Amino acid sequence: MTATPETGHDWSSDVFAAMTARNISTVCTIPDGGLTRLLNLVKAASAMRLVTLTTEEEGIGVATGAWLGGKRAMVAMQSSGVGNCINAVGYPLTLRSPLLLLVTMRGQWGEFNPWQVPMGQGTQTVLETMGVKCFPVDSAAQVGETFAAAADMAFNGQQSAAVLISQRIIGAKGFGQK
Amino acid sequence: MTTQGQTAISGTNQIKRRAFVAEILKARAGAFVVPGLGSATWDCFAAGDSPEYLYSWGGMGLAVPTALGLALAQPDRRILALTGDGEMMMGIGSLAVVADQAPKNLGILVLDNESFGETGRQTGLTSHKTDLVAVAKGFGISNTFVATTHADIPALVKLLFQSSGPSFAVAKIGLSEDPWALPEKDGAAIARRFQIALGVAKP
Repeated sequence: MTATPETGHDWSSDVFAAMTARNISTVCTIPDGGLTRLLNLVKAASAMRLVTLTTEEEGIGVATGAWLGGKRAMVAMQSSGVGNCINAVGYPLTLRSPLLLLVTMRGQWGEFNPWQVPMGQGTQTVLETMGVKCFPVDSAAQVGETFAAAADMAFNGQQSAAVLISQRIIGAKGFGQK
Repeated sequence: MTTQGQTAISGTNQIKRRAFVAEILKARAGAFVVPGLGSATWDCFAAGDSPEYLYSWGGMGLAVPTALGLALAQPDRRILALTGDGEMMMGIGSLAVVADQAPKNLGILVLDNESFGETGRQTGLTSHKTDLVAVAKGFGISNTFVATTHADIPALVKLLFQSSGPSFAVAKIGLSEDPWALPEKDGAAIARRFQIALGVAKP
């Protein structure tokens, strides 16, 4: 057995469709390789806005401001970015603003880069400790419905929710060193 | 503002924050305000409570990102981010995001006392080398201003509320001992009344 990623199912299109159906019109991001397809879909959509950040926590402020102004935004990042967000996560919780995070995991499944492992292994614990409901998903076919469920919980229930997309789906980056 | 106006200030900066902020807010002409945590929030409340102020007691570094998200969601309304130098420095990268998104309705005013006023007036990074306006320009916000006296208020008001944004201004304020002016601290209550004032939520 090897840590071969799942291939075939286009989860990015599923997430994009779920976003469209829910009027989630802004994606704040520090990109990750696994997010490329989704971010390209967002960039190409005239009704959507891509907000490129300098650090992930800014996205939490932008998303909270969007909700205050009557719009829906989410933040997409790699798991290492979750560590940059810890204090900021308390902000929408205190305002009882919805928060929806889409996190592509690193340091988790077949990771070759040890620098990614500490934050990757800590991601879910950190988010749950801060009061964010986590929805880990390790099958590409289930990403869309998991995202939809998390989004509904966040925006309809004014909760903080994170979808954690397993590295099993994304694949482990090798840089030719595998 | 007589009480605050008579407060002695130290340092070389001449602007008295409470009277200065009150004048800016009086001229905001319907703009909604996102004050940073601490003194900027106390200044707004001291000038007279309003549901159009998103008071903050935390989330350091998030005033500008929040104001940006709001400005993008409400393009027909003027939005002012009003914060301190320490809060701005913590979220300094967000100025690049503001420049990139370029909302015409967003103004940013930094009340720069060159100190961490809430925590014991420890010297801040804008007291010597760091020039916030130069940083903002470097990030790509060209519409900028530095206020050093109360006489600069009309120009500042024009920049923040009438010019095509995004705009960025620094007011060099003195260190002063102002009376406590503490607003509501229930974040959900603050957010809800803010949304009602915006017409986004129903009363």
